[in-house]
Amino acid sequence: MMSAAEFRRRFLRDPTAVGAGIVLLALVAMAALAPVLAPQNPYDPMQLDIMDSEMPPSWLPGGEDRFPLGTDPQGRGVLSTIMYGTGISLLIGLGAVAVQMLIGVTLGLIAGYRGGWLDSLLMRIADIQLSLSTLMLAIVALAVFSAAFGPDLYSDLAIFMLIAVIGVAEWPRFARTVRASVLAERKKEYVDAARTIGLSPGTIMRRHVLPNTLTPVLVIATIQVAEAIVTEAALSFLGLGMPATQPSLGALIRSGFEFIFSGAWWITFFPAVVLILLILSLNLLGDWLRDTLNPKLRRGA
Amino acid sequence: MHIIAFLLRRSVQAALVMLVISIIGFSIQDNLGDPLRELVGQSVSEAERDQLREKLGLNDPFWVQYGRFLSNAIEGDLGTSYFFKRPALDVIFDKFPATFELVLVSALIIVVLSVPAGIYCAVHPGSFFSRVIMSGSIIGISVPVFLTAIFLIWIFAVELGVMPAYGRGEVVDLGWWDTGLLTVDGVLHIILPAISLASIMLPLFIRLIRAEMMEQLGQDYVRFARAKGLSEKRVRNHAFRNTLLPVVTVGGLQIGTLIAYTILTETVFQWPGMGFLFLEAVNRVDTPLIIAYIIVVGGIFVLVNTAVDLIYTMINPMVKLPGESA
Repeated sequence: MMSAAEFRRRFLRDPTAVGAGIVLLALVAMAALAPVLAPQNPYDPMQLDIMDSEMPPSWLPGGEDRFPLGTDPQGRGVLSTIMYGTGISLLIGLGAVAVQMLIGVTLGLIAGYRGGWLDSLLMRIADIQLSLSTLMLAIVALAVFSAAFGPDLYSDLAIFMLIAVIGVAEWPRFARTVRASVLAERKKEYVDAARTIGLSPGTIMRRHVLPNTLTPVLVIATIQVAEAIVTEAALSFLGLGMPATQPSLGALIRSGFEFIFSGAWWITFFPAVVLILLILSLNLLGDWLRDTLNPKLRRGA
Repeated sequence: MHIIAFLLRRSVQAALVMLVISIIGFSIQDNLGDPLRELVGQSVSEAERDQLREKLGLNDPFWVQYGRFLSNAIEGDLGTSYFFKRPALDVIFDKFPATFELVLVSALIIVVLSVPAGIYCAVHPGSFFSRVIMSGSIIGISVPVFLTAIFLIWIFAVELGVMPAYGRGEVVDLGWWDTGLLTVDGVLHIILPAISLASIMLPLFIRLIRAEMMEQLGQDYVRFARAKGLSEKRVRNHAFRNTLLPVVTVGGLQIGTLIAYTILTETVFQWPGMGFLFLEAVNRVDTPLIIAYIIVVGGIFVLVNTAVDLIYTMINPMVKLPGESA
């Protein structure tokens, strides 16, 4: 384990990590402060004017300073929709990873600590689930849900469905890592000591083993948030995710795509750039964390 | 002889997996939509409906209905598409060549580019060119496949106007297979979709080949081969053979992801393949077609995984087939 000071020193020495950190922080701040900072509330019909529709960015002929990045066909400012949409993307990404962690860490602890048939069963399920591809599972699951609920009810529930499906589909990544750490920790003397003084297995797992498995969990979580955001964007792009009335970045890209052919590229381009920046900064930070904290972990392994 | 035992074992496993998929597929059908409404519309009286429901066996218990579904499925009957009014399986197989050719061309692009790039990065880890490839690959991983597709359309189809933006172009009907690869128009149409589909897998394979190759080059047998005076080219050949093993395994594991990406790519380019068909079926709540797609894709998944296991044992004779005594 390295000290906080050492960690900070290494971070500041790596320009890629610092750059990614600044970009991520800026995007998170932009999303969190959207209601205050955004030039307009794009989901308040009173603030929209159909005369403002499909305006190019302000530096192009026909653009206006009120809409720095142009407007979409409903007259919503692209900058404002991006600020709100980034928040929704981040919310789903973080929510899904919270679900993954909750299920994955719990099952990983149980599998590693108990061992035996329960361990084999859980790991077998994890193997199968990993080989099936999250995106494919999510597409099938959401396709069935959206067909079963009908479009209106589904768009109300979409945010919860996305968090639940992406959360459930990816728990094995956390479970496997935690299990591996637990297997290593279990043999150590402090666990024996805790058992000798009569602590229950639950307490030992929660209070003593769990804290020692948190480093790899943190590393994986960063990359998993990026993956969850990409998955959500892909699902929303296919029309299986967030509705156009409450769009994430993926849904914004979906609604802008057809206007590329009529020359209104800015409706798609700017949300796409923000999405790429968000994913790239999370991936770079995740890679840096892994290399710094735990060089043995490998991506995709 | 062992290979037959292995194949037998795998067939049993595959059959089990397909059975599970068919149960899932059937429970979807059971809960999704009302087949009666699709059949007769709204204008039929309640009494007639009940009669028809009884006649079609829709009141039977779940397992009886499932048994009927399964025995039909084994005979190749997965129901009739509500929209196309044709057997769902026929509709899907009509679209199969389009998806297959798309995957084939992307796989070709991936192999042709990732092997030299990965080996180069492993052999010259510090060089400028390697660093460019490696940073490019992390950017490549971070760009979702549908964005690559949209950017390609925007640049090459809309702005430059040199490439077609959607569809498959002119296809040649060979009777049992329609191909777009035999006409100039068809080839032009496949370029952008294939690059999009390849773009997401390419960085992964470059990184994988590089990492494995570097590991192999650090092994004792490489040092021994060099000490023996083998040419660097032959040493690399030895190392590359061993690199292939993990690459084939991981490549096989990606098949599920690849199928998911074909849905995205086909949607952007309106490529008339199975993925685009599936999404249309979802929007139309065409239940038999949705289920037929899930079962066909599950079958492809099982088949590819078995094939990968076989290839794995062929590349590396040291690997014992499961169930074979040492």
